[in-house]
Order: sequence, then C-alpha cells, then structure tokens
Amino acid sequence: MNLANHESYLPAGLPIPVAEADGLSQPFWSALRENRLLVQRCGHCQAWQFGPEWICHQCHCFDPQWQEVEPRGRIYSWERVWHPVHPCLKERGPYLVVLVELPHAGHVRMLGNLLGDALQEVVIGAEVQGVFEHHEDASPAHTLLQWRVAK
Amino acid sequence: MTERTLRGRVAIVGIGETTYYRHGQSPDAEFKLALKAILNACSDAGLDPKDIDGFASYSNDRNDPSRLAAALGTRQLRSTTMQWGGGGGGNCAAVANGAAAISSGLADCVVAFRALAQGQFGRFGQAPTAPTISGDMAWQAPYGVLSPGQKFAMKARRFMHEHGVKQEALRAIAMASYEHAQRNPRAVMYGKPLTESKYDDSRWIVEPFHLFDCCMENDGAAAVIMVPAERAKDFPGRPVYILGAASGSDERVAAVPHNTPNYASASFATVAPNMYRMAGVTPKDVGVVQSYENFTGGVLMALAEHGFFHPDEANEFLTLQNLLSPGGKLPLNTSGGNLAECYMHGFELVLEAVRQVRGTSTAQAPRNDVALVIGGPMVTPVSNLMLGSEAAL
Repeated sequence: MNLANHESYLPAGLPIPVAEADGLSQPFWSALRENRLLVQRCGHCQAWQFGPEWICHQCHCFDPQWQEVEPRGRIYSWERVWHPVHPCLKERGPYLVVLVELPHAGHVRMLGNLLGDALQEVVIGAEVQGVFEHHEDASPAHTLLQWRVAK
Repeated sequence: MTERTLRGRVAIVGIGETTYYRHGQSPDAEFKLALKAILNACSDAGLDPKDIDGFASYSNDRNDPSRLAAALGTRQLRSTTMQWGGGGGGNCAAVANGAAAISSGLADCVVAFRALAQGQFGRFGQAPTAPTISGDMAWQAPYGVLSPGQKFAMKARRFMHEHGVKQEALRAIAMASYEHAQRNPRAVMYGKPLTESKYDDSRWIVEPFHLFDCCMENDGAAAVIMVPAERAKDFPGRPVYILGAASGSDERVAAVPHNTPNYASASFATVAPNMYRMAGVTPKDVGVVQSYENFTGGVLMALAEHGFFHPDEANEFLTLQNLLSPGGKLPLNTSGGNLAECYMHGFELVLEAVRQVRGTSTAQAPRNDVALVIGGPMVTPVSNLMLGSEAAL
C-alpha cells in the first residue's frame, strides 16, 4: 500500500531523512522509494540489526547484508503528541507516533505515524500494516514508512 | 594492590550556584555564570580560587577549562575531564571523574560544574529546523519525534504498560518537587504551588506527559569543590564524602531507532548495581534521593532500577506522602529539582545532596547520612553518585 504526497500524515516542512555522508543507511532510504522495506541481517551469523551499522553487533562481521522484509508488525509502544515543537506543526493538532516491532525480523523496531484518527485508542500489541508514504514534491523526494491498524 | 574504589577517598568541601533564572533571562553571559558559581563554591569552602587545579563537566559544556583557569588566574592546570554524552546523564559522572583525578593523584582540588545560558545559545526543547537530517534523528524527526520529551514518552509508556503504572504515580513525582520548592527561596517555582487538579487539568505535552511532568529550561550555573578526603577537615563545613559512583548503560542502549534491548528502562540496569557495590550500601540505607527529572517517567524507572520498589509496586510506593520530607519513606528532590528549583542540567541535584548530608536543606530529611543522586535517566551514558557523612564511612 502507498500514499501519494498530498495525503501525507504530517504537513510538509519537517526534516527530510537523507543518508549519512558515509552512506550507511542509503540502501534503506532508496528501497523505501520502491515500496520495499530493508533491514540488515548478518550473512555470517544471521543476526538481525536495525538501525544499520557497518558491523554486526553479534559476530563482528563487517557490512551486514540488507534483507527485504514484509512491512508489518505490532505496536510496541506509542505516544500522542500535543505540543508542537516545529513551526510546521503549529496548526496540525495532535498526532500519533507508534513504535512498531517486527517479530518476523528479529523483533527490530521502527518508528512511524499511526494513520487515521489521532484520537483513536491505541492498543499495545495490535497488529499493524506498513504504508509507504511518498513525498514526491519534497526536495529531495523521499518516502516514509507509516503504519495503519491491520484489519 | 589497594582496592580500586572512590569510597571515602574524596570529599566535597564547597558548593555554589548563581541566581537561577527562567531560560533566556540571565543578565550575565554563560561564562560569567560559570565563574560566579565557581567563586561561590570557593567562598563556601573558604578556598582561594587560585588553588583549583582541575575542572570537570559534562554534556559538552561550553566553558573551557583552560579559559576558566586563565580567567581565575589559577596557579596551574592539571586535570580537565569532560564526560561524553548529551543530556544531563553526566551530572554525577562529572563529579566522579573529578574525584577519580584526585584519588589517582592527577589533581588536588577539582571543581565540577555546569553552566547554561539558553538565551545566549538556544533551547533544548525546540526542534531542529535544518531541511534534511541524517543519523539517529533521521529515523524520528520526519515522523514528528523531535524533542527529548517526544523521544522518551515512548519508553515511559511501555514501562507503564508492562507494570500497570498509573498517571497518579507520575503526578506524585511532580508534586513532590513542587512541594519542596515551596520551601526553597532559590527555586524558580518558589511561591507557585502545584495541586492535584492543576496537574490533572494541565495540557498534554506528549502523552503520558502533562506540562508538569516536563522539566523547565533555565539559565544559571552550579559548582562543587572536591579535595582528597584527608584534607576535608581543613575546611569549615561538615565534610561530605563520595561513597560510590557509576556511569554508562547496559547492553546496546544506543541502538537506534529505539532498538535498545532493555527498552522500558532508565538505563540504570547495570549502573545502579555498580554504584551500590562501590558504595557498600543498599537501597534501605539511603535516606534521601535526588533523581533527575527530565520527565517524571524517567524518575519512575530510575527509582525502580535503584531498588526502591518493585516495578509492579510503583503505584503503592509513588504517593506524595511517601516522597515528602521529612515524614516520607523516601524524600525525593528536596530542593525542587529540575521541575521546580532549576533545570541546571541536574547539577543542582548534586548540590542539594551535599546540603542534605550537611543538614542544611530547606527540606531536611531526618536520615541524611547516605544521600543518592541519579542523573539523566533514559539517555546514555547515565550516571549516579552516593554521598555520605563521616558516620557513613
């Protein structure tokens, strides 16, 4: 599933994610552009790792491989943000952020917004489905991974 | 080989601070604030500032030791230590690093300090406004997770979920700081009491944190003077000894984004036992605690990790009555702390622990031979510090 730019959950103007100067997370952000979710997995010891690093934290092999995983998981924690700390959020009103764990990828976790009503009840443990949110008009164009409660 | 410890080796003989201001309100430059706090600490100790030969701070404090030494005309500069890591997690470690320099013979008289003028240099609670972002914040900022409160609410929520902790427990922590601040004329919130209904009616910043669960931002400076324990009695005040200290964090706390294995934690799982081992005391020996409130949820987890209650018993333990001096089981943040005295990046908590051991707090705890300070929960590295009287040695 993906969303076009005009449907983005938060307004334009927030910092745009780009890879570090050394390119460590470039494969992740590039894959999101193509509706694919990548997570590091060590080819030697099979340990999952996210966020990325140049070394596997378990066996110390360098350059862990990137593996595509299904963008689904369950809510590990959440927060509803009311106080805007960025100028572009002043008129937005409350919004939801979820911490999602991916049990099929070594329980790695990632943050995203929970789509839908910002005042909805959020249940820790609920199954969620990833949604690729494309920001084509942004400069640079980029894609975020958002989440919605699985039906 | 002698035992490797700080226990009983170093004494704090002077404390000093500036007036505490709301953020942006300091009439003085940040460097001037640092100098004033250091001079006040020297005055408290009856010490010639030119005898200082070491400086210790944390969180990339901008006030460089060489400039301080030149400004004060110190006779020589020996130890200069900076605890890595942002946030207030280094408040206790700065003291420990300075004490370690003394204990190991690298210096004889170290000042540990922190100075902040946020009007001069910008605030902590505002978002980065650069157009692009990389690294740790790239996984968070595009989703509106921009400020410390927004990063840490997620941890507190998970802990509250796992252990059934209610909002009232956080409220009790906030109210204890405000209650104690009403007795402390230094406190920025002196004369501004907090009631249950005022807390309940206050706006959400980020659930589960109301406005009063979040620290202030302030301008000011604070400092402590340390010397070898054997010199402690050359100074006029009641000596306060370092019993133990620790810093760091447990396994992969810095795994981004929010991939810390032990997630619902204030980062003290290993740091608390390490400190207790050095101090040679148990939680039952501790008479009073200063626990850094960036957010009340951090205090909740930090106190549990320091063994004052089982996480599942947080609701029973964290009542206002239990946290107030002098009658409570565990008087907490007796100067008002980061919430209501001053957000001096947690260094005001070190000074308050010294006052408690001296017996000079405005909210004096009856059991004051062993006093704990807990720094910057939820960041990495965090740190803690156990202080004690001569009777505790």
